[in-house]
Amino acid sequence: MLKIRETIYKYLFTIFAFASLIFLAGIIIVLLKESLPVFAEVGPFKFLFNKFWYPTYEPPEFGILSLVVASVIITLGAMCVCVPVGLGSALYLHEIASPTQRAILKPVIEILAGIPSIVYGFFGMVIVAPFLQDLLGIPTGLCAFTASLVLGIMATPTVCSIAEDALSFVPRSFREASLALGANRWQTLTRVTMPAAGSGISTAVVLGMSRAVGETMTVLMVAGGAAVIPKSFFDPVRPMTATIAAEMGEAVMGSPHFHALFAIGLILFLITLIFNIVTEIASRRFRIKLGLGR
Amino acid sequence: MDPNVKIKAEEIDFYYGKTRALKGINLEFKANRVTALIGPSGCGKSTFIRLLNRMNDLIPGAKVEGRLSMDGNDLYSPKADVVRLRRQVGMVFQKPNPFPKSIFDNIAYGLRINGVRDRAFIEERVRESLKKAAIYEEVQNRLNDNALTLSGGQQQRLCIARCLAIEPEVILFDEPCASLDPISTRKIEELILQLKQDYTIIIVTHNMQQAARVSDDTAFLYLGELVEFGPTQELFTVPRQKMTEEYLSGRFG
Amino acid sequence: MDIANTGKVNALGADKKRYTDLQQALGFGLLFASILFCLFFLGSIIFFIAERGLAVISWEFLTEVPRRAMTKGGVAPAIVGTIYLTVGAIAFALPLGLACAIYLCEYGPRSIVVNIIRLSINNLAGVPSIVFGLFGFAFFVKVCGFGVSILSGALTLGIMALPGIISASQEAILAVPQSYKEASLALGATQWQTIKKVVIPSAMPGILTGVILGIGRVAGETAPILFTAATFYTRGYPDSIFSEVMALPYHIYALMTEGTHPEVQTQIAYGCSLILLCLVLGISAFAIILRQRSNYGS
Repeated sequence: MLKIRETIYKYLFTIFAFASLIFLAGIIIVLLKESLPVFAEVGPFKFLFNKFWYPTYEPPEFGILSLVVASVIITLGAMCVCVPVGLGSALYLHEIASPTQRAILKPVIEILAGIPSIVYGFFGMVIVAPFLQDLLGIPTGLCAFTASLVLGIMATPTVCSIAEDALSFVPRSFREASLALGANRWQTLTRVTMPAAGSGISTAVVLGMSRAVGETMTVLMVAGGAAVIPKSFFDPVRPMTATIAAEMGEAVMGSPHFHALFAIGLILFLITLIFNIVTEIASRRFRIKLGLGR
Repeated sequence: MDPNVKIKAEEIDFYYGKTRALKGINLEFKANRVTALIGPSGCGKSTFIRLLNRMNDLIPGAKVEGRLSMDGNDLYSPKADVVRLRRQVGMVFQKPNPFPKSIFDNIAYGLRINGVRDRAFIEERVRESLKKAAIYEEVQNRLNDNALTLSGGQQQRLCIARCLAIEPEVILFDEPCASLDPISTRKIEELILQLKQDYTIIIVTHNMQQAARVSDDTAFLYLGELVEFGPTQELFTVPRQKMTEEYLSGRFG
Repeated sequence: MDIANTGKVNALGADKKRYTDLQQALGFGLLFASILFCLFFLGSIIFFIAERGLAVISWEFLTEVPRRAMTKGGVAPAIVGTIYLTVGAIAFALPLGLACAIYLCEYGPRSIVVNIIRLSINNLAGVPSIVFGLFGFAFFVKVCGFGVSILSGALTLGIMALPGIISASQEAILAVPQSYKEASLALGATQWQTIKKVVIPSAMPGILTGVILGIGRVAGETAPILFTAATFYTRGYPDSIFSEVMALPYHIYALMTEGTHPEVQTQIAYGCSLILLCLVLGISAFAIILRQRSNYGS
């Protein structure tokens, strides 16, 4: 009797374990099912590269180039903030901060990580955007520049904690060897520790990028909302995530617009999937390079 | 001051935090000779040797009392340049620690951090150092390979070469063969005997036979104090202290 | 004479030292600036939201339903809605996530299967929140027929929280000393009995910490509930798990993008942000304290 119960439990757990796989598969299936119609109607190339996104016109146009460009610009802009600040903070925590400082600063980073994206978006909209508008004399503060800035801060804790983890894995013996050769702490940091943590740091950057690309509410509230390819960094833009969020409410279920939004979702999913795979490979290389084995 | 004395330790006490690790050490290390530090585990020999290139500065709460000098200059004076000191006093660690870089870059590291950019000079120096460390033939065709692909004994000789590249005057060996097989150990011991012509060598070892094979003078430490110091032959055959004799005959340690 | 002035000829550029010292000073200065930047931003967010939010917070604000087109009364339904959604999400994700973690740590053959599962967990963790919203809408709202409801929202949020709970539980279970398990098995207990009576209780603090952190993350999410649960206005409190619900994160968004009285609504949004911030950060702080307590205990 006991044996049978044990076996039942074992199989039960096995099924539960596949839950993540099932949900992932479910997401893929749903995305594919709902987006295929628009690819059939418009054709994938035209969908991706047409720069006119006019879903509500008669006849509607479904080109997501301007949306993709917007996502790319904002993500790259966010990287310009979160990589230096995140990496710099990680290096500071690793090498310079005293234990007291670390005890204060690590929670600070964790708090920054915990602030909900809607709050970042709200803050960006009511404080940062007007401030930048006055400071820089631009027509509107709700633009790609502001979105990049706020998004960059949002992604900083991600970059910082993963980079810091990577740095802590570098064996102390490398540092000792470097100092014993007469290098100072900065040289040791930049020429030995950081290169040794290279793959781990790239993982941090890629995950930061992944976070930035997938972010919705912040950019929805701060990026401005114009579905056109921007001419300057200070033009309002509409990235992919914001488009889905803003237009899903008005799209009629089953309409081409509806399917087009799901298609955008599919592309977003694929992008983050690629980032994830890159991260997996990078972290595996990291461990081998340091001689830590698999 | 005796021109043959390279490093002199006078009444050295060493604390980290509240613990006193070394008590009243008085030692003289002669130039171009090999001095061994022996003693049971925890007797302070590694701690002492790390004072000589101020690696103990990395320990929180570390404090040195007494006078430690090289060529008459106080190593712990407030104006002393630690970075410069570490170029003049090199160290080879217990566990080989080459950087995760190519063999070439490992040796070149010390040169580059000192601002040397001349590519030809660096290449020349890398080859010389590898030759002096008796490893050149084995790696000459794979200087761009990752140093971690070498065997343990080769890695240790690489670390020695890395140290030689910056022209130190003194080389400290902290139990260099502890993690190596007997053949690699022998190669390194032969290397040490060759190197002593040009460098002052201080070696910490828990292997008494090694000390007997390799060194000219030996210091025996126990529980942070110096028990006896003298020419190796004398210390091993007619030790003056009873404790030395007991240690050498394996009665403890 | 100290060692700096030995006068010995050093073939390696003795005066490069000043250059490298300068390099180090500048470099460390930049690193310090990065941390300052983070501190500055965090400080401004907390300052502004606290200052303007506090002006709006009152007992009435926290406990009453909104009146007069969102300009009067309070936001209690939104607070309640957030709580319902969060509790529902965790009620779904915890058993599932814990079971998955148990499988991976205790039963699973160390093989391809485990790797595939691990990969899917990592990928699920990286999916953008809006994509979860799309999935939740197409599947729970439409296919399952739950409609825009607490149920749909909670299930969607639950899937989002799943990877986090699995990781935290895994860590906690792996931290249980092998010796406990061996002792239990040596006494003749079966694998399941060992898990139930020894492993899980031991791992509980770690699992709880993961759950609480998951709660914090889920409470602040907007995109997954945009089309699955949330609405701007409900008359009073939700009747059942099939009703639409107000939620704090969505409320902030709606206040700023819909409605007819922008100034007042902005004030209210500040108040909601403050409440949300306190909720989320409070929960995270609680989890961290819990984790530290349990670390000291063991």
